[in-house]
Amino acid sequence: MVYPLVLTSCQVEKTVPGPGMGDFSYVGIDAILEQMRRKAMKQGFELNIMVVGQSGLGKSTLMNTLFKSKVSRKSVQATSQEKIPKTIHIKSVSHDIEEKGVRMKLTVIDTPGFGDQINNENCWQPIMKFINAQYEQYLQEEININRKKRIPDSRVHCCIYFIPPTGHCLRPLDVEFMRRLSKVVNIVPVIAKADTLTLEERDFFKQKIREELRANGIDVYPQKEFDEDAEDRMINDKIREMIPFAVVGSDQEYQVNGRRLLGRKTKWGTIEVENIAHCEFAYLRDLLIRTHMENIKDITSSIHYEVYRVRRLNENNTAVAHANGLPQHHMTSHEM
Amino acid sequence: MAATEIARQAGEGARAVPLAGHVGFDSMPDQLVNKSVNHGFCFNILCVGETGLGKSTLMDTLFNTKFEGEPTQHNQPGVQLKSNTYELQESNVRLKLTVVNTVGFGDQINKEDSYKSIVEFIDTQFEAYLQEELKIKRTLHSYHDTRIHACLYFIAPTGHSLKSLDLVTMKKLDSKVNIIPIIAKSDAISKSELTKFKIKITSELVSNGVQIYQFPTDDETVAEINSTMNGHLPFAVVGSTEEVKIGNKMVKARQYPWGTVQVENENHCDFVKLREMLIRVNMEDLREQTHTRHYELYRRCKLEEMGFKDTDPDCKPFSLQETYEAKRNEFMGDLQKKEEEMRQMFVQRVKEKEAELKEAEKELHEKFDRLKKLHQDEKKKLEDKKKSLDDELNGFKQKKTAAELLQSQAQQAGGSTTLKRDKERKN
Repeated sequence: MVYPLVLTSCQVEKTVPGPGMGDFSYVGIDAILEQMRRKAMKQGFELNIMVVGQSGLGKSTLMNTLFKSKVSRKSVQATSQEKIPKTIHIKSVSHDIEEKGVRMKLTVIDTPGFGDQINNENCWQPIMKFINAQYEQYLQEEININRKKRIPDSRVHCCIYFIPPTGHCLRPLDVEFMRRLSKVVNIVPVIAKADTLTLEERDFFKQKIREELRANGIDVYPQKEFDEDAEDRMINDKIREMIPFAVVGSDQEYQVNGRRLLGRKTKWGTIEVENIAHCEFAYLRDLLIRTHMENIKDITSSIHYEVYRVRRLNENNTAVAHANGLPQHHMTSHEM
Repeated sequence: MAATEIARQAGEGARAVPLAGHVGFDSMPDQLVNKSVNHGFCFNILCVGETGLGKSTLMDTLFNTKFEGEPTQHNQPGVQLKSNTYELQESNVRLKLTVVNTVGFGDQINKEDSYKSIVEFIDTQFEAYLQEELKIKRTLHSYHDTRIHACLYFIAPTGHSLKSLDLVTMKKLDSKVNIIPIIAKSDAISKSELTKFKIKITSELVSNGVQIYQFPTDDETVAEINSTMNGHLPFAVVGSTEEVKIGNKMVKARQYPWGTVQVENENHCDFVKLREMLIRVNMEDLREQTHTRHYELYRRCKLEEMGFKDTDPDCKPFSLQETYEAKRNEFMGDLQKKEEEMRQMFVQRVKEKEAELKEAEKELHEKFDRLKKLHQDEKKKLEDKKKSLDDELNGFKQKKTAAELLQSQAQQAGGSTTLKRDKERKN
């Protein structure tokens, strides 16, 4: 019987000289980068951001400021008068935005009613349910026999948590929520309406928050355990020094020093949103959009989603096993 | 305690919103590319063709290095696939290239089963990926993808038409892998014959319904070049790693007494076109097609074969799981039944053997008894004989003593008689 496969894998490091040594020695492997870029541009990107925080913390304004357009729920809703809802609602709005040929489908998921009731017990539950429902939907599609070419990704990539600017420390609600949700989604905590804090108060507040996060074992984005190499760690350490970002949002432009800038105008001065001396909005935007967007999506799909999948497949395994009266066994692979 | 309302506005047809300034997500493709560069790429090529058509040489020429391996013998009993993995690096791109060669293809007298080992190999790679994807704890992120992305089919330069082996093999492979047919050693065919040959080949492929890989024409940037190249299929290539001085440059070429065939001269052969299409323009598309078309087809067939069906819209989720459980139980049940049967058979056999052995033992005992009896009889007979002999001996002894006594008496008497006689004589 002739065995058809003879695998001799030899890892030989062969460096192909790049262009510049005569065309005959240039193979063109690095053209794959260009091909990938083209494919990515054609396909477009998807990003799902969830904003969580009490009413009046400026969530919608921040979203509008981040994406420089009216992407928040309020801009889409007809009613401008906002009644504080009696229960938590989860409303998601999708937009197609395009910049320099790059198309993106941005979905903003708002949670009006969070933390607004008198009794806020279990207010994280509907949110966790929603996040898990997205994972579930993706899992279902992935498990299908006939699957779509590109599974639509509605998983929540990033959850921005708004901390009210009390200046003291985190409230129990904040701690509880972040503790539970940091396990299923990337959490980016921000200090909302930071223009009510002076710089010293801000630093003090941030320090307290970081201590409390550490004390409670809450791992916010960028998580320490997912740093890939030393370079990553260096970059992310710098970011971790600054968390939580103290942000100010605004979608109105004012004239400052001859330029039109986004800001908030008060009697004692104008706060420029994009001025890093005034607030840390620029850092947040850079983190979320310009440098770490791909990383955020990657962590969501390869870590949070996989954790959910493992749990789901295991628990279904138990359920079915019990139904069949069999002892629980670990399915590591299918017998084909 | 808090109820939820999930209101999804403008789901698929999301509204297009204009941006009032520079947001910065145009760096997304860069981020994606950077991540991929850090991760590295992998590309797997399968070379199918008869021995001696220049497959290894062509790979060497394409990737501009000397891959290892000596030319193979022609007396293989069956088709084997030899796979080698190499790590190439160009500027900052790391590529894990796997080249799979068919060894002994077309060398046998009976070539009916030649394609089977190739199809098996391709299926094995798909299977490995499917297994990994279905695992509970999986590491798809760092999985070394061994699925074949491109299959270069080497056609012998006969100048007439495709061989039936080629047709059969390509037909079996076209739904499993991206086939790119190439005419090997094309310096053996003249230009005019080449055009006729190419036309014949394409018409034969079309009439037999073989789906070879078409370069994609939906992206404007490459649509034009791809569609022209589609018209040049199959590529007529010449491979060479030897360099010859032409003018004042060293080029890869094959030197003949009547001239030199330059590999990278587009007038001489289509090598440059092949390299362009395979590596510089469509490598990513080849990988994507393998994953989205061929692998999905394999997966679908495999899972359906196992009896899984998709969930109905209002069915319980994870029927995959439950069907699997049901199948597993069925399988275990079968297994157990078989085990029982075998056990029964075993017990039966043991019983039989035991009975046999018992029989043999009994026989042996009987034999032993018989022998013993025989022995005893013999012994008795001997003893009797001995006794009779003893008696005889005793009798004889008695007679002997009696005779001696008589003799001595006689002697005495004789002595006296002798004395008497002597006396008488004296007197």
